[in-house]
Amino acid sequence: MTIWQRLRHTLRHGPAPLPAAAPSAETAAALAARLDAAAQRRLGRSLAIRHVGAGGCDGCELELRALNGIVYDLERFGLRFVTSPRHADILLATGPLTRTMAEALARTHAAMGEPKWVVAVGDCAIDGGVFKGSYACLGGITTLPVDLVIRGCPPTPWQVLEGLRALIEANATPAR
Amino acid sequence: MSAAAAIIRAGAASGQRPWPRHALSRERWQAMAAALDAADAPSLQGVWAEAERVHALFLDAGSPLAASVEVDGGSYPALSPHCPAASWFERMIHDLFGHTAEGGRDARGWLDHGAWATAAPLGPRQAALPPRVGAPEPPEFLPVEGEDLNQIGLGPVAGAIAEPAHLRLTAQGETLVRLEVRLGYAHKGTLGLMRGTPPRAAARFAARLSGSATVAHGLAYAHAVEAALGVAPPPRAVALRAVMAELERIRAHLDAAAAILAEAGAAFLETRFGWHREAMHEAAGRAFGHRLMMDAVAPGGLATDLAADGAAAIRAALAALAAELPDLVRRLDRSASLGAGIGRIAPDLALRFGASGPVGRASRRASGHGGDARLVPGYPPYPVLGLDVPTRAEGDVAARLRVRLDELPESARLLRALLEALPDGTIATALPAASGEGLGVAESSRGTVWHWVRIEGGLVAAAFARDPDWLHWPLLEAAMRNGMLADLPLCAASFGLTSSGVDL
Ligand code: SF4
Repeated sequence: MTIWQRLRHTLRHGPAPLPAAAPSAETAAALAARLDAAAQRRLGRSLAIRHVGAGGCDGCELELRALNGIVYDLERFGLRFVTSPRHADILLATGPLTRTMAEALARTHAAMGEPKWVVAVGDCAIDGGVFKGSYACLGGITTLPVDLVIRGCPPTPWQVLEGLRALIEANATPAR
Repeated sequence: MSAAAAIIRAGAASGQRPWPRHALSRERWQAMAAALDAADAPSLQGVWAEAERVHALFLDAGSPLAASVEVDGGSYPALSPHCPAASWFERMIHDLFGHTAEGGRDARGWLDHGAWATAAPLGPRQAALPPRVGAPEPPEFLPVEGEDLNQIGLGPVAGAIAEPAHLRLTAQGETLVRLEVRLGYAHKGTLGLMRGTPPRAAARFAARLSGSATVAHGLAYAHAVEAALGVAPPPRAVALRAVMAELERIRAHLDAAAAILAEAGAAFLETRFGWHREAMHEAAGRAFGHRLMMDAVAPGGLATDLAADGAAAIRAALAALAAELPDLVRRLDRSASLGAGIGRIAPDLALRFGASGPVGRASRRASGHGGDARLVPGYPPYPVLGLDVPTRAEGDVAARLRVRLDELPESARLLRALLEALPDGTIATALPAASGEGLGVAESSRGTVWHWVRIEGGLVAAAFARDPDWLHWPLLEAAMRNGMLADLPLCAASFGLTSSGVDL
């Protein structure tokens, strides 16, 4: 699969499932090397992610915290979570976008510099998931231009990583 | 028996199962409210509503006790003047149903920040209300009184990876004079979505009230439905539910411990607890096909059986933890001052706020029991299995950390015993398309979860869920009053609070 095919595939079907077993050290090292190069080609530094919890159940947050933890060691993949939107390249949103969170989401996005990407993580961020049709929700991250969706309820840490990897590689391609 | 409990028990009992709900007149409800000041008063667990009625649930010496009053002219007598723990519930009832708590301590909005299309979306008068126009109004906070005070607003987008919540800090220099919490950002309309669906389908909403306690919420909801319909889950389902619940408890305690140790700057311990947490995630994924075990519990039994190699995966993760835990605890003991004396909750206050889980058990009273719903009021299989519930008396950050760590070996023991003697057979009993009202309980890693459901003709007519953090957030506010600003992150981590379950 080319990078663009992969990105398109990811957008349509979610990331290709990874084997459930923990990846071998060699696989992780190879992934890391590829990601490092891709991230650096794009920005010359690692990509910073600002998470916005747009009213989900905390299940997606739980898996993001796991991704950020020791076992997955996100930083060696050229990715890190930051607290200030001003330092962020990626806005990663979870949750069905409750009406009450719409303004805070818009403000966080506006505070980020260019270029920036929006990633919707989890079924409810994509279209509201089980909360579709509620008076209190906007049916997913519908108020921002979403560049990438990562399916799952919640997606596993590896699925999130695979999705982010596709985004980095796609954006690292000079054709864009 | 306390005066309030006597008043409730004198009311006519409804058909709620397994614990009846007593209907009170407005006058008797008021008398009950006035008696909630007493030292021996039953502890309030929650207040919720339907179109025409308001319900309150108490624990009276470990027995669930429910009371109801009819809403009259859009209002009912408030409980909060005599029982501060009722305040957030009264604000929630007003925002969702439009019923006013007459004489309530706090009439400000709670879940409704003005962004919904209508007010009182679940209320009986909803259809008659005009649609909203214009921009939402910003939430109101308590006024600042006094000089040299600074107000700082944190959130709803705060922390690196967190649920939405807003903290309003009033500081004087380095001292936190007051912490005020504002939730509601994660209000998804869950109770409204449950209405009109078959109980089995509504389970997916119960499972998504709080991802970190999805098994416990699913279980309390299943208990409520099974009580309402008079259904008993098969023995294999009962045992495997406890397997899931204990696995979730261990994972969540490891998660909370890692978060506390991260705030305390204990990097090595944080890393090791984080590693074991991930091992529990993986084991759960192997055993039940989902790392959080979401939707695995279903009313009537289970939706997922244990995978063929599931028991082995769980045993391996437990063995790895058992091999390292004593050493980790010894290291922790060497830094004995970690969190000692910070964010103290006095036992009486914990009791008054019906605190449960590690927050409640770290502030144990000399006389009281541990307050664990697995034993009191209790549900299968725990009373038969037996369970040792560790408690502490100090009520500080250190005690809340240690109670969690002390619970790990006990949950591991239960898991091994359950896996050793798993019954064979089916995993679910079919639900009849019948009617009934049920109350269910389960002990999550954060404390006691209650679910209430009314089923009519095979469909959910009304529901409520009481996440334990309803009563723990106000205790965080109390714990930090006049504390050091710099201690807030550590203290908050020791409470391990979540938004979604409270925001509904
Ligand atoms: S996608 Fe699923 S796990 Fe994620 S926030 Fe929504 S309901 Fe929770």
